[in-house]
Amino acid sequence: MSPLAAAAAHGFLSPTGVEIAFLLVGVVTLGAAVLTVTTRHLVHAALWLVVALGGLAVEYLLLTAEFIAWVQVLIYVGSVVVLLLFGLMLTRAPIGRSPDADSGNRPAALAVAVAAAAALVWVVVDAFRATWIDLDGPAQGSTRVSGEILFRHWVLPFEALSVLLLAALVGAIVLSRRDGADAGGDQAAPPRKDR
Amino acid sequence: MHLAYPAVLAALLFCTGLYGVLARRNAILVLMSVELMLNAVNLNLVAFDVWLRDTLHAGQALTLFTIAIAAAEIGIGLAIVLMVYRNRATSDVDRLRDTAEPRPPLSSALRATDPDTDAPGGPAGDADSGDPDPDDPGRAAGEKAEATA
Repeated sequence: MSPLAAAAAHGFLSPTGVEIAFLLVGVVTLGAAVLTVTTRHLVHAALWLVVALGGLAVEYLLLTAEFIAWVQVLIYVGSVVVLLLFGLMLTRAPIGRSPDADSGNRPAALAVAVAAAAALVWVVVDAFRATWIDLDGPAQGSTRVSGEILFRHWVLPFEALSVLLLAALVGAIVLSRRDGADAGGDQAAPPRKDR
Repeated sequence: MHLAYPAVLAALLFCTGLYGVLARRNAILVLMSVELMLNAVNLNLVAFDVWLRDTLHAGQALTLFTIAIAAAEIGIGLAIVLMVYRNRATSDVDRLRDTAEPRPPLSSALRATDPDTDAPGGPAGDADSGDPDPDDPGRAAGEKAEATA
């Protein structure tokens, strides 16, 4: 598998336990991601996405960014995937295999993705082949550290982001609500004509 | 830990998401692929933050901001997809061709099999009955005109 070959080519000198764990979880994450974009079961794609995002949370833990890891579990695995599943249900996605899950430009997409992957992996491996992360010492991303830097140095972006989230929430409600006349209509109503 | 591990994993995850965005037809699957790409960026941010030992921890703060923006994006995106589904009875991104250029004449052979072109036909008069039928070309064209009005 290419991630093993690409990553292990420079890490075989003295792979530590953290590196081996990172590699194994990374293989699982990448496999789940590939299954997410290739499976023909729409609901299975969302469930494989859970595996990929959970694997990424474990990678954050291995990189000692524990607060990010728990935020990842809470936001992505907890809410984003549930939103996606709701979206699949509300658009009446077929439960079984859907043969038209992939569009016709699949070979072009595969070519673009493989070319981009080859270029990026080559550049990244070439650039960072002698770079090591020092994971010793106190954790870089414990909740205490994250809270201190977030509310000491990043307060203004944080507040701006809260305004952005509020705007997104209001926008989503405005976009998805029906007008008052047929607010009680069920989902099976025919598509609206006045928009 | 070698920095190449998270960097290579992030690059591969990004390209997986890129393939999904380009190859998928359902709009919600496209949104899932966008999430994969954003997560690859997050992994890069965290790895480089830990590597640089930044005193401001800019990488982790930006990761949190990216996660929040991704949550907002998925909410807005799903609302748009639901509205499109309500208006067009489909969530295929291939069928949303209102702003597309008209097809060149060399693909006129494909035109007969494409349900989105303005080929006449289809049972008329059933526009108000029954479940939405995504395969009715006359009706799709009519809704397209109404939706853009």
